[in-house]
Order: sequence, then structure tokens, then C-alpha cells
Amino acid sequence: MSLSRDSKYKLPEGVRTPSRFRNAIGKYRLHRSGECIGCGKCAAVCPYGVHVIRRGRVRVENAYRCVGPDCPHPCYEVCPVQALTLRPNPDFEGLGDFRWPPELLASTWHMAEFSHMPPKGLNYKTGNSDGGFDKLRLKFPVPAPGSPDAPKTDEDMDVGVELNRRGDHAHRVRIEVPFYGGGMSYGSVSITTMLSRIRAAAALGTFCCTGEGGYPDELKPYDDHVITQVATGLFGVREETIQRVKIVEFKYAQGAKPGLGGHLLGEKVTPGVARMREAVVGYPLFSPFPFHSVYSVEDHKKHVDWIKAINPEALVSVKVSTPTDVDMVAVGSYYAGAHIIHLDGSYGGTGAAPDIAKKNIAMPIEYAVPKVHGFLTEEGVRDQITVIASGGIRTPHDVAKIIALGADGVCTGTADLVALECIRCHNCESGRGCARGIATTDPELMGLMDLDWGTQRIINMFLAWRRELIRILRRLGMKTLKELVGRTDCLVHLDYLESR
Amino acid sequence: MPSKYVIPTRTVAHRFRPITRSGIVAWEEGCLKCAVCVKTQCVYGVYDHRGLDPRQMVDAIDNECMNCLRCVQGCPGELIHKTVNPEYQSLGDVHWTPEVISKLWAQAQTGKIPVSGAGYPGPFTGPGFDAMWTDMSEIVRPTRDGIHGREYISTGIDVGRTPERLLFDGTGTPQPNEARFLNIPLPILLQVPAFGAVSEKTIRGWAAAARRLGTLITAPWGMLDAIPEDLYPWVVPAVSEDAGQEAVMAQGVRMVEIPWTEAGRKTMERVKNASSEVLISVRLPLEAGVEETALSLVREGASILHLMADAQGAYLDGTGRYLKEGIQTVHLNLVEAGLRDQMTLLASGGIAMAEHVPKSIICGADGVVVDFPLLIALECRMCRRCTRDLACPVEIPETPGSWVASRVINLVGAWHNQLLEVMGAMGIRDARRLRGETGRAMFFEALDEEIFGSMNRVENGCELE
Repeated sequence: MSLSRDSKYKLPEGVRTPSRFRNAIGKYRLHRSGECIGCGKCAAVCPYGVHVIRRGRVRVENAYRCVGPDCPHPCYEVCPVQALTLRPNPDFEGLGDFRWPPELLASTWHMAEFSHMPPKGLNYKTGNSDGGFDKLRLKFPVPAPGSPDAPKTDEDMDVGVELNRRGDHAHRVRIEVPFYGGGMSYGSVSITTMLSRIRAAAALGTFCCTGEGGYPDELKPYDDHVITQVATGLFGVREETIQRVKIVEFKYAQGAKPGLGGHLLGEKVTPGVARMREAVVGYPLFSPFPFHSVYSVEDHKKHVDWIKAINPEALVSVKVSTPTDVDMVAVGSYYAGAHIIHLDGSYGGTGAAPDIAKKNIAMPIEYAVPKVHGFLTEEGVRDQITVIASGGIRTPHDVAKIIALGADGVCTGTADLVALECIRCHNCESGRGCARGIATTDPELMGLMDLDWGTQRIINMFLAWRRELIRILRRLGMKTLKELVGRTDCLVHLDYLESR
Repeated sequence: MPSKYVIPTRTVAHRFRPITRSGIVAWEEGCLKCAVCVKTQCVYGVYDHRGLDPRQMVDAIDNECMNCLRCVQGCPGELIHKTVNPEYQSLGDVHWTPEVISKLWAQAQTGKIPVSGAGYPGPFTGPGFDAMWTDMSEIVRPTRDGIHGREYISTGIDVGRTPERLLFDGTGTPQPNEARFLNIPLPILLQVPAFGAVSEKTIRGWAAAARRLGTLITAPWGMLDAIPEDLYPWVVPAVSEDAGQEAVMAQGVRMVEIPWTEAGRKTMERVKNASSEVLISVRLPLEAGVEETALSLVREGASILHLMADAQGAYLDGTGRYLKEGIQTVHLNLVEAGLRDQMTLLASGGIAMAEHVPKSIICGADGVVVDFPLLIALECRMCRRCTRDLACPVEIPETPGSWVASRVINLVGAWHNQLLEVMGAMGIRDARRLRGETGRAMFFEALDEEIFGSMNRVENGCELE
């Protein structure tokens, strides 16, 4: 059954939203020496507004936008007195890691500011992990095959995903973009971060998950865009919260710490958090692993039935991690009545987790999705269930690749935080929490971020993702994202490339 | 059920400031002297503790900085920068990476499991153990919760010849069998590293740690003099071909190690003649054909084999294979011969992280033998100056034995808890049942080929992006 697009849906506008810090970090630095005669030629040739003229003096104010040697009109070449020197920014080199190298961070910041992909100078497609997504390439026929009935404008291209493919009496939910926000609980991130993500999801016509820490009242206006999570600790789960939403997510495991439970330190159980989780202030909270009420697929069905009894129209999503038998788990979830199987790969995650678990337990999402897609197809039920992938989705290219590997859509987490200027220092848990005010409940640090700023940054990033996905679809000669699902013939893995 | 094995840990301070990944570069020229300087607003108070350590001549701010970059991004004069520390980048080598070394330092200091936020930052895969993942249980196979003590997970292993079956005489009375083994509470044995600036104090500290952990430490024969006799039961002297070591056997040594050479057979006979109680571990270099040597040794009656890779965990013959493969071939060869259950297989060489313990066991070892982490726990930087007779930059020989023991106990305690985490996730309750359980692991080579092997064609005129 196919559903037509919601005619009321209108894509939000991209609005330029610069960094909330004084000095944005870019790849290059431009040094202007005392030789400068203030002729303004640099400001005139620069396409990116790096140089600004103020009261007759020319200054480098936006060095972070400089694309370096990729620039078509380098200022340092037109300067009549050679007063300008281009240098790599030393701060830039120290940023990030293999999965999120500095260029990926900076390009995500660019998307969050401008709602477009970076013009030049940055690799915004792959990281440096040397495997998986970073070794996969999209394969485009040249010239692009073109599709005569493809919509002329990007706004009319269909990248949405229908989430209820069972065709039962549950809500017919469609998301307008092929991504929704993964669960990050109240307490692990600030309420501003939580609301920014949910408001962005509402504007983009998609959803965002509450995580395990309960359903704060501030989210009420966005009920139609909230996924509430039922996790092993059952924190903050009430009949009323289940009845408020269109999608309920069972979290059996999470990619950041597959097979392990959670632990909220006593000092993080503030009065607000304690009230939400119905716990005692100052006492640590353990989220066990696994659901001790579920030791079989039959038990799992009981779980799903329980939700359907409380909210018959709710879609049920089952979030699992990626063990060897993930394909069996997916099929079992389907037969238990789930609408969505959400696979969370082992290299992603935002929460604090033991390093040994992040690196070593369960498989990366790039392996899990094709396994599950193939097995569901063999069972003849693939078109009855929605497959959502998460755990290491950083870019629109990752989205296109994982969909070509067999997912219908993705869940994001880290990318949202990077849009809010997370620099991946990995110190979310230390001291008062995130020093940049993203993952903290410290009142002073929370004040570093404004709700409207956060909302727009996330909207901007996803608008850029949507644009890029449409560009990819057009190059492949496709009209809808649905056509890309499972099209592994559109992918090449560089390690297996046959030499011709 | 035996009583629960817990390793008590407590914070044991560093003596030197650890080398950190990046340093702060801040200069004064052009400073606007803002009324509220970003340096006073540091969330971690790093600039408040500023000061030059006179012994090391390093600035305290570099060690305490948590890399939030707030000051870098806030200074109106753009006078503060963070740069990668070349001293950090040059730590260790390709296997003992700066990350591995600094995480070992932290574990020896705190005794805690390394925990961080924001997902896994490392490469997709790598050589040796980096090319495998352990499994987890989900929905249909319950996990175990060992780390918080709610379920009992046994990490104990038997070292030696374990009984295959019970023997009875005609009257039904159980008969003594040939079983002779030690039960140690965790699958981690210690070994004095191949190099290192160590003193008698260091060796005594290590031996004391072995006793408190209930495990064993292998040490060269000559080092036995440095160790008090009451610690001998936890020391495994490495016996060479010459020397009349037999006299010591009676004094409490429970196990000896003999490096494998043809002449080693004679040594083995000598030790056997001197004492029927002492267990013998045969140390086999990991090289091509090791599985055949292992098989013939076990057929001849060897009950403990210790496979030794190089310091990077690779085959010693430079064939580019790793301990991961070595353990598997030896293990499977013995399984096929029906001999595996009679003997104990230990593995060493390049065991650098807690994850190497369960991974070695999954490949088929009973336990691992840890060497260089014992040094790194003492703040060793793997600079190898000691191999050139230069002074140790972190003064390891001067450190008291009690500090040495506490640091090693912290490190092993953190590893033990990480082993519990991984076993809990797999739903395995006994380390002995994990041995050879490759069904609870995923191997990069097989998985990658299965999933991506067919994505190999680029038709004419196609562009890759």
C-alpha cells in the first residue's frame, strides 16, 4: 500500500546560523602582515567573505570559511604587496579522530551554518577509518541516465519513508526525510539539546526519540513528532506517555555498549531527573541488560502486545544491536508484530560507554544491514517491515550507502551533536558534563546554547543532507529514495575493486 | 560455587605527569587584557593550576586540559591554540600506540575501566586481534550481569593437566589420577618483560602483585634471588639448559618454564626427576609449523604450552601472521588429535589491551601471559632507552615495590572487570567455556568478503564518489 505525500508538508527554510563561539575553527588561517595597504582587493575577490572592510581597514574575520588552495581566486595571489599568507590552522589538525576527521567535523559545521554542502576544500563524504563506509563508493553512470518523469524541483523529489508497512490499523506514519533522531535521554543531554532536536524533527516532518530518561513536559507541543522509548530500566515509562505518541521504541540494546547495561551516576540524578525517572535524588541508577522479562521471541511478542493494548494505534519499533544472529532477531521481531526494526551498529553511539565495548562487541552497521535485508527478503517479509539503521551515520553519503545496502532509513545522533558544535572530545561524562553545554544538566553550561540557534543548526544540517541525497538520486537516475533500497549494484568497495 | 573473586583497586598516583595528546600554546603578545579573560572561565579550572613542573619542565596546563577548546574559540585576540604534542605522537610504536600506552597508564592509576562518550573513534579494523569482534546476546540468549555483582561469572582457569574422567577401582572407590594442575582465579598470568629498567624492588613488587592477584609470574632464573622465598609459589622461574636449579624446586616453586629447544627435552627430564610435583610449561616461539611441534610435545606428555609471539603479537618468522591465527592453528590441531582437553595453552606477545584476553581465549587459548603492560603500569613510555643502557626517564628502578604492586593490581583489576563486561555481554558464565568459542566472535576477513566481496565491478564510463 502506498501513501500519498502529506500535502500540508512544507520544507523549512534554511537560515544562516553561525557558530556560537567567537572564533569558528576552519582548516586554514590567513595571516595579514603590516604591509597591507588596505586596497580591499582581497575582500573583492574572495567568494566566501573571509575578508571584511571596516572603517577603511581590511581584516580577516572569517578565516574558517577559507577553502585554501581550492580557491578559484586566491587573495594571497592578487594582493599587490604580498601581505597575505595562507597557513594550515594548527587547531584543526588536533581535532577529531578516525571516524570523524577534522574535515568531516568542519563540513558538518558548514552545513549547520549554511544549509548547503561545503563549496570546496573539505572532504565531506568519508572519514579515515579505512573500512566500511569509508571504503565504499557510490557508483554513478555517466552521463546520468535521467528520468523523464522526475520532478523538476528538488522540493518535489521524494526522499520520504513510510514507517507502517504492515498495513495494519496502526498510524500510517510517513517521514518526509529518510532520517529521524535517535534516543538521547533527558539527563544525558540538556533539555535545550533535546528540544532543539525535537523541534528540528517537527519542522522537517520527522521524529526524534526521547531515550530512556522519561518524557519531559516541555516536549508536549511536539507529541506527534516524538518517539518514546521503553528500555530495560523502564525509567519514566507510564501509560500516559505511551498513549501520547505515534511511535513507541523498545530498546533491547544500543550500539555504544551492546550487551551492557547503563549506569547514571548518583550526582547526575538531580531533583528534575529523579522526578522524571521516579527515583531518589543522588542515588545512582542502573539500567540492566537485558530486559529480564524477555528471554525469547515469545516473551518479546508479549511486550509488543502490551504496548498495542495500551495504545492500539502506536507503531512499534524494536531497537536492537548487531550480534552474529541479528538477522534472526529481525525476523523474530517482525513475527512478534513490530513495524520497525532498528539496527544500532557498534561503532556509533553518543552515551558514555566502556571503551572495550565500543570497539569490540557486536558488528558494524555496514555488515548488519545487508544481512538483515537479505534474510527478511528470503523470508518474504521485507516489504512488511521498515529497516532503520544507525550507529556511525555521519554524512548524507553514509545515508545513501546504507540505504543501498538495504535499509529504508537511518537514525542519527552524533551528527546532530556535531551540528550543535560538539568537537568529539569524548568527555561527556567528566566533571560537570559537556564543557560546550550540549550533554550536561549543569545550569551554567546549559546556558551556552540557545534553543532557536540549536533548532536551526540541526534543520540546516538536515536540509543540506536532503539536498545532497537528491543530487545523488538524480545522478543515479532515480526519482525516489525507495528505488535505492538494497541496490548494492550502485556500490563499489575499494578493497575488492577488480582491475580492468 | 567458589567465593567471588574481586580485585580491590584504589587510586595510586602517577609520579610523573603523563604525556598528553595535545598541548596548549598561548602567548601574551597582543593580549587585550579583557576584564573577563577566557582563561578564568575554564570549566575544568586548568589555568588556575598552571605551573611548571621543575622535575619534568612541562606545564601543568597541558596535562589537565580536556580539549573542549572553549578558550581557543573564545579568545578575542585568537592568542590561544591547541596543537598535537609531538612527544605524544612518538610514544611507543605501531602496536604499542600512544592511545594504548596512555590508557594503560590511566588504568594503573585508577583501577577503573576506561569509559568515554561519543562513540568509537578508531579505525574500522586492523591487524591481528583488531580484525575480530566479540558477539553479544540479544533477546533469545540472556546475558549475564557480572560487573555489578548480580550474577556470578567465573574467570578462573586450570593450568596443568586436568582430569579427563574419574577413575574407579573394582570396588567403586575413586582412584587418584594423573591430574596435576593449579587453579588460578583469572586467565591472566604475568611475565617479566624482555626489556625494561627494572630493579630488585620492581621484581619484588611484581611478585607481590602476582600473589595478591592469585596468579603466577614468569621470571628469568637469575631474578629468583631478588624475590623473597615466601613468594616462590607465585613465581615461575624460566629454567635454561645448564645450572643446577633443582635444589630450589623443593622450596615452594609450583611451576617452571622451559624455553623450547631440542636440548630442552633434557632439562625437562631433569626437572621431572628432581620433583614430580612441579608443573612444567614449555615456551614455544610462534613460527611456521608451531602447531606440529605443539602436537608432538603434547603427545610426549607436555601439559602446558606457552605460545610466544613477538612484542607486536606477530609470528617471529615475519610471515605477517598474528597471535590470533597462531592460537587458532595450535588449538584446532590439538582438538583434532583429541588432546586439547588434557593440556593448557597459554599465549603471550603483544597482549596490550583488556580486549586481547577474551579474544585470545575465543581463538583457543586458556589464558594469556602479560609482559610489557607490567612496565607501562609503572609509567614506562616504551622509549627503549634502557636497551641502550640510558637512564629511565620515569625512574622505574627507584620505585618502591609496594607502589609497583599496587599499580599492577589496579591494571589487572581494570582488565578483569573488562573481561567480565565482555563475558557478560556474550552470556558466558565461565572463562573455561569461552575457550575456542569462535561462534561468539566475528572475524573481519570472513565478514567483509561475505558482505562486500561482490561489490567489485565498475562498468566503463562510471564515476565513483
